[in-house]
Amino acid sequence: MATAIEQIRAGFIPLTDSAPLIVAQHRGFAAEEGLELILSRETSWANIRDRLAVSQLDIAHALAPLPIASNLGLGPFPTRLVAPMTLGFGGNTITVSRSVWRALEARGATPDFDPYRSALALSNLVRDRAAKGNGPLKFGIVHPHSAHRFELAYWLAAVGLRLERDVEMVVLPPPFMADAIATGQIDGFCAGEPWGSLAVRDEGAAILTTKSHIWRASPEKVLAVRERWVTQDSDRLARLIRAVWRACVWCDDPANHAELADLLAGEKFLDLSTDILRLGLSRGLITPAGAPRKVPTFLAFARNAATFPWSSHALWLFAQMVRWGDVPFTDGNAQSARATYRPDLYRAALSDVDVAIPSANAKVEGALSRETPVGTANGRLSLGPDGFFDGRVFDPDRLQDYLDELRSSGG
Amino acid sequence: MIPLAPLLQCTQNAAMVEKPLRILVIDANRIRASIIEDGLRESGIASVSVVDDTADVMQRVVEIDPDVIVIDLETPNRDQLEHMFQVSRAVKRPVAMFVDSSDQDAIEAAVEAGVSAYIVDGLKKERVRAILDMAVSRFNAFDRLQRELDAARSELADRKTIDRAKAILMQSKGLSEPEAYGLLRKTAMNQNRKIVEIAESLVVAADLLGGEVKK
Repeated sequence: MATAIEQIRAGFIPLTDSAPLIVAQHRGFAAEEGLELILSRETSWANIRDRLAVSQLDIAHALAPLPIASNLGLGPFPTRLVAPMTLGFGGNTITVSRSVWRALEARGATPDFDPYRSALALSNLVRDRAAKGNGPLKFGIVHPHSAHRFELAYWLAAVGLRLERDVEMVVLPPPFMADAIATGQIDGFCAGEPWGSLAVRDEGAAILTTKSHIWRASPEKVLAVRERWVTQDSDRLARLIRAVWRACVWCDDPANHAELADLLAGEKFLDLSTDILRLGLSRGLITPAGAPRKVPTFLAFARNAATFPWSSHALWLFAQMVRWGDVPFTDGNAQSARATYRPDLYRAALSDVDVAIPSANAKVEGALSRETPVGTANGRLSLGPDGFFDGRVFDPDRLQDYLDELRSSGG
Repeated sequence: MIPLAPLLQCTQNAAMVEKPLRILVIDANRIRASIIEDGLRESGIASVSVVDDTADVMQRVVEIDPDVIVIDLETPNRDQLEHMFQVSRAVKRPVAMFVDSSDQDAIEAAVEAGVSAYIVDGLKKERVRAILDMAVSRFNAFDRLQRELDAARSELADRKTIDRAKAILMQSKGLSEPEAYGLLRKTAMNQNRKIVEIAESLVVAADLLGGEVKK
């Protein structure tokens, strides 16, 4: 019934997980809702932040912790943002140079993405290097307020290593990671696809493990929307959520992956070869031994409620910010972090759509060791597995206990 | 007031404000960078450095230790720079321009123009404001010139195509130049297309049919 197409300016960073916005526009899901997404490829998360702040962008593909950090006043240009939906579970890899891989293999790492063995091998390597007086290994991440930093730090902490103390942290744009490995500027990195697979193909790098091995159902990017844009027109937001949600469902269907890879490979989007994009989309990554290997929990766009903005996800990310000293733990900060993710807006937008939405806004993270049916208002839904690789559980109602526990375990 | 990140706070040595400003321009577009550089020198700033290769931005920032960084928004190293400003002890701590967002118009104009700035915390705002205003107006002027140049280039290309189409018609149909142009125009009107589109089709067709009618 829309009389005119409404234009929405949408920013994205060239990554496989920017697909939902690109697909919403280029496969007709936005048009079905009377919307046109004007897609703007950005070169930095700082640009996304600044352009959202001055209303040059209405919405953006954003790092899951970015709107939370913005609402907590972190970073130079804080703007009120909300995250009314998640754009999927993570497709990040932790990738190292070939020479580091050889050193890790000699210390017990196995070419099967096992996060625990590789972390243990890494802790041995770090100690051996320190004993010889060699400088710390350098790992690249894409932004300080990113899930990448938190999963890398979490993985290292499980074997007693501390990011920024035992392993140096370097911020780099994802498309630069492979080059930085080649020139020796970094020894490894944590970045979203296709940049891990690209470093494997072009620089002989080795994928040690993935985000989904560290935390099996963990949020990676969210739809970030300016708070004022949300309050201006709630119907427009609901239409946007539906369009992007349908795009996520389309992206998740393996039958569409060849077409999706072709679309993303385009000059205006990732500008890369199709085959490198297909690797991550098909969840088939190349092991350090050179063999393809399926990672079933890698990169989910829609399944297992991957688009639902769980309050418990917001609070887990907040807990990591507290853990690493970005913000103090106060009730006000916790409330602000929780309120950034908006399951209420998600529900309102999708209430008339035939989709199973979780009944709860939060869950105990890490409690499901296998796919499990859960209660929903309107249909069948399975969640999980959502476990952490170290077996730890995060109860969002017991935030302080969780932080105390981490501290006492040396994290 | 939006609170500043505690990490970005630093105390300001009052004497530093009176020293001549050191400015670094980061822009991969060399021509635009030199236009900005000229503008800064004209306004009496002696110490201006330009980095147009993003590969060594970090190193250059450390070497130059600028008070103000004027940066093209397309520079891919912005996240890296901002992180360095927060953690590095090798440089003074610049913060993003207008952190208190009291100059909403100025911020918008800058981002719109595609330029941003980082300033060492505590510098007098009026001193820096003029620099950013100049950068914004030069970015805009450059953008306008670029668009005019693109338009002129495509106009020139269009004219060349039409000239070739006219020559083909003159040779193959024995028409005079005005007659050839008239035929192109009439065909364009009949088909509701641009003259240059008809001319392009004709040139392509002539190329496909053989090179015998080339000018």
